[in-house]
Amino acid sequence: MKEATKDKCISLILLAVAMSAISGLAVITAFIFKEGLPIMFRVGVGKFLFSSDWYPQEGSFGIFPMIIGSLAVTIGAMLIGGSLGLGCAIVLTQFCPPRLAALLKPCIELLAGIPSVVYGFIGVVILVPAIAEYLGGPGLSVLAASVVLGVMVLPTVTSISVDAIQAVPRAYREGSIALGATQWQTTHMVILKAAWSGIVAAIILGMGRAVGETMAVIMVAGNTLDLPGGILDPVRTLTSNIALEMGYAAGEHRQALFATGVTLFVIIMALNILALTVSRRRARRVGA
Amino acid sequence: MRLSPSVTQRIAVTILWTLAGATVGVLLFIVAFILVQGMPHVTWEFLTQAPRSMGREGGIFPMIVGTLWEAALAVMIAAPVGVVTAIYLTEYTREGRLTQVIRFGADCLAGIPSIIFGLFGFVFFVITLGMGFSIIAGALTLALMVLPTIIRTSEEAIRAVPRSYRDVSYGLGATRWDMVTKVVLRSAMPGIGTGIVLSIGRCFSETAAVMLTSGSALRMPTSAFDSTRTLALHFFLLAREGISMPKAYATASVLIVAILAINLCAYWVMRRFVAKVR
Repeated sequence: MKEATKDKCISLILLAVAMSAISGLAVITAFIFKEGLPIMFRVGVGKFLFSSDWYPQEGSFGIFPMIIGSLAVTIGAMLIGGSLGLGCAIVLTQFCPPRLAALLKPCIELLAGIPSVVYGFIGVVILVPAIAEYLGGPGLSVLAASVVLGVMVLPTVTSISVDAIQAVPRAYREGSIALGATQWQTTHMVILKAAWSGIVAAIILGMGRAVGETMAVIMVAGNTLDLPGGILDPVRTLTSNIALEMGYAAGEHRQALFATGVTLFVIIMALNILALTVSRRRARRVGA
Repeated sequence: MRLSPSVTQRIAVTILWTLAGATVGVLLFIVAFILVQGMPHVTWEFLTQAPRSMGREGGIFPMIVGTLWEAALAVMIAAPVGVVTAIYLTEYTREGRLTQVIRFGADCLAGIPSIIFGLFGFVFFVITLGMGFSIIAGALTLALMVLPTIIRTSEEAIRAVPRSYRDVSYGLGATRWDMVTKVVLRSAMPGIGTGIVLSIGRCFSETAAVMLTSGSALRMPTSAFDSTRTLALHFFLLAREGISMPKAYATASVLIVAILAINLCAYWVMRRFVAKVR
């Protein structure tokens, strides 16, 4: 066989394999929607999303409390994980002696590998009793889930923000210091402004992880079906609804769980695409 | 009243250091707490015996075997596909619409939550393809989950190979395939290895996806078509159903030590790799 033909063949085979990620995504999307959409339309999309009655045995499916639950827990998690993670990233890149930063950064990255169930477990044995004793309520609550998820996404938010801040050209910092600005003025007026889109992307990715987390949330959120009235009330999220009931669900009930998955999928895809556009805009600007 | 810049500087630095200190403190506390509570219960018997009465007694040997089996299988499926994708993206095509589509697919896949992978694996591998709750169904699901990580890290490793290596091998009359397999892949190997090792760690810590695809059988798996219970899921069930706290702590310790060891190993390989490239 001629070299050129051989090269062409190899190239085609590689292309076929390279399409597996996108085809995987397509197959996943197709199957989740195929299983979940019919029941959504039978119940009525509006009713499914905005009704609060989840009685699978009687065929009434409304996931509004779980959407609110996922939302509340995620916002709480981002307030905690976002601020701590960003603070950490700023310290690591701006104020920390390089030696210490070189030790701390891998430390934080190593901790990103801790299984989420471990965070949930710590939440159950330490945080939940503490909340019940000092703040009242059952302990299993929006607050507990927010703190657990916030800590869980910390390593992700920190390491992506560190990368974004480190991508800011050195000259910006030096120029600002030379103009007489203090280190903090330089950080919040120059560096953070230049790295902003990268940091936003980090926070959106963290949000994606928080919305999608399942097992840790099941352990600390309480999983009731009611709308939460405050941060000390228990909630059920979209993810925990699926994992809790999938074991014994059949027929319409199972389809309704897939429909819950469809809702989650749409939320996650929207967040992903948002993060991708934000970070792509940054890439273009830094390139130019 | 406006605070002078030097005062704000001092306030900001104090607050930030407190935040960072709290973060590192909390994370280290979690690891230390689990290890202190769990390590005393990790004995030789615990590691080598089968569980008795739902895990209240005995050990975790079948879970260790099941976890290793599932992670190994997942990575054996995902690694070749991921590396080949990376080769295609870096060596066999120009940046264009097609590479954008492939990257978009990988990025989106990376963001999908594990419970969705679990749902998919359940309806596709377990039911439609008739695999039942099994190691193989779990491994295929995990393979899809870790594929984006492997693609991304392999791509970065291949891009870090200096251009001159390619020029020289072309200059010596190598074909593109020779150049890729004999020169580029060889020097990108440590970077690719890091991605693979990190993926093994992710397989170890996954819970939701394996629960819906591998089931939670307690017995020793004898083939890839048997159901198994991974370490992370075993820990979850022990803790959630309050079966045995000491066993839960001990299982978590084993899991944490294994994952930290895996990640440290990946980090060490990466460091050496970076040192070599520079």
